[in-house]
Amino acid sequence: MGFGFLLLPLLALLVRAPWRGLHRLLSDSAGLTALRLSLECATAATALSVLFGVPLAWVLARVRLPGIGLLRAVVTLPLVLPPVVGGLALLLALGRNGVFGRWLYSATGYSLPFTTAGVIVAETFVAMPFLVLTVEGAIRSADRDLEEAAATLGASRGMVFGRITLPLVSPSLLAGSVLCWARALGEFGATITFAGNFPATTQTMPLAVYNRLEVDPEQAVALSLVLLAVAVAVLVALRDRWLRPGGGL
Amino acid sequence: MTAGSPSGLRFAGEVRRGGFRLQADFTVADGEVVGVLGPNGAGKTTLLRALAGLSALTSGSIRLGGRLLDDAAAGLFLPAEQRPVGLVFQNYRLFPHLTVRDNVAFAGRARGQSRRHARTAADRWLARLGLTELAGRKPAQLSGGQAQRVALARALAAEPSLLLLDEPMAALDARTRLQVRAELAEHLTGFAGPALLVTHDPLEAMVLTGRLLVIEDGRVVQQGTPAEVARRPATQYVARLVGLNRYPGRVLAAGPSCTVELDGGGTLVALAGEQPVRAGQRVLVAVSPAAILLHAEQPAGLSARNVWPAVVRGLELLADRVRVRLDGRPPALVDITPAALAELRLGEGSPVWLSAKATEVSCYPEGEGE
Repeated sequence: MGFGFLLLPLLALLVRAPWRGLHRLLSDSAGLTALRLSLECATAATALSVLFGVPLAWVLARVRLPGIGLLRAVVTLPLVLPPVVGGLALLLALGRNGVFGRWLYSATGYSLPFTTAGVIVAETFVAMPFLVLTVEGAIRSADRDLEEAAATLGASRGMVFGRITLPLVSPSLLAGSVLCWARALGEFGATITFAGNFPATTQTMPLAVYNRLEVDPEQAVALSLVLLAVAVAVLVALRDRWLRPGGGL
Repeated sequence: MTAGSPSGLRFAGEVRRGGFRLQADFTVADGEVVGVLGPNGAGKTTLLRALAGLSALTSGSIRLGGRLLDDAAAGLFLPAEQRPVGLVFQNYRLFPHLTVRDNVAFAGRARGQSRRHARTAADRWLARLGLTELAGRKPAQLSGGQAQRVALARALAAEPSLLLLDEPMAALDARTRLQVRAELAEHLTGFAGPALLVTHDPLEAMVLTGRLLVIEDGRVVQQGTPAEVARRPATQYVARLVGLNRYPGRVLAAGPSCTVELDGGGTLVALAGEQPVRAGQRVLVAVSPAAILLHAEQPAGLSARNVWPAVVRGLELLADRVRVRLDGRPPALVDITPAALAELRLGEGSPVWLSAKATEVSCYPEGEGE
């Protein structure tokens, strides 16, 4: 029954899909714009997550200091926080009158909310924990013995990380990136709160689906199908990792 | 703190790991190969880790070639990557994602050499160890013996001033071990600095090293040449290792020969060694399993001064002989030929008589070599 509960809505989506007009609905320029914006923002958010998330994962996995538990809690929080709350928090921090945004605005005249950059920031905020936790687990279980061996050969900490640890955790890094990207692609709550819903600048696919639902339900279903296809593709790409009993994140 | 010799290695200190404590004081000269022998958990690996800079001393110091590597009192600790120390790990720890060539080139890259320069240098080491054909392989495609040689090449390519080997042959099968041992002997001879080889194979220690350091329970219990250690094992562990019967006891009568009452029951007559013993003194008595004769019946008209009955408790087939485990006063290990075994029709529980000449029994003060 639980399985049916999970499956039924997806089947409904397929049954009600306007298969015949699909091509027309998807080649509509507004839909294409939303799709391209989504792909670009999700990819940028993933790149940022890798850039900042990997060092963070290393610190969480390796640094033995009091307060590391607290740090991990902060990293994990966006996973369980309602995205709308996350978006609001971002607004209060980075908005034109926000705690940091005010300073940023007066210094540069630039303000993040309601821009494409804002979409990327919102997506990064929500999606990065997926990458950090995946990579952290991999680093934690990575072979310390090999790192010691590298040290006895004269490798600095940085070189040990770059030449030994990172290559060894690269499958997890890839999986974490895909997961992060998929989450960023589907981001709705934080994006609409922090970046708004402006076509061509901040209206990503999920926002477009929501928008169209009122004016053109058929196109909403068509756009949803695209997102479903992406989700299935992600699942196929990571099947060895997830579709196996006992496989974790 | 005494100033160390300008060359060689001097270790004088203590390491704690969890509840375990290792304490040692020894030197190793340049070009000398010292075997570190001891049972599992004695502290051999802890010692190597301290020397390599993977663990810090809790007190004392390590000096290599006049340079301090670790000095607990001064708060000085050079981490592994800053020490000129090569370590060949027991399980080799080759980098699985790098080819054999890049494993060996790793140290060069770590020192900032260009990839090409480091690979050229690596190729020289691969050639020296006969690994040239394996250069493009990944570690998973190597046999145990090949992996061991790659691990050695990788350590040597860093041009260390001190070489450490942690049971380098433990993971090899018997036949490979024989071949690798011969090769290793050659490379150790060619190594200019001090070298330490951890092992619990006495044969390996005898063949590869010039001096032994026996460690038990975190302490050095004996030091000496392999021959000395084999002749006068300081502890039960070493005695078993070198295949000696060793009995603690007290001297009853001393003279040109001495009679010793053994702690475990029975007496043995031994020839006095270089160190004189006196009546009442605590001593160790050692007899080689080859020096004890086994008789089906009580021997008569024998010149041997030690004759006692015993019961067979076990038989162990060695390469060219049979080791018989016997219970008696004292119990003993006795080596006989397979022919003798057949002739005597020995089995578990067989009653026999043992004899040993006093000249084959040695007696030395307890605590010697500790």
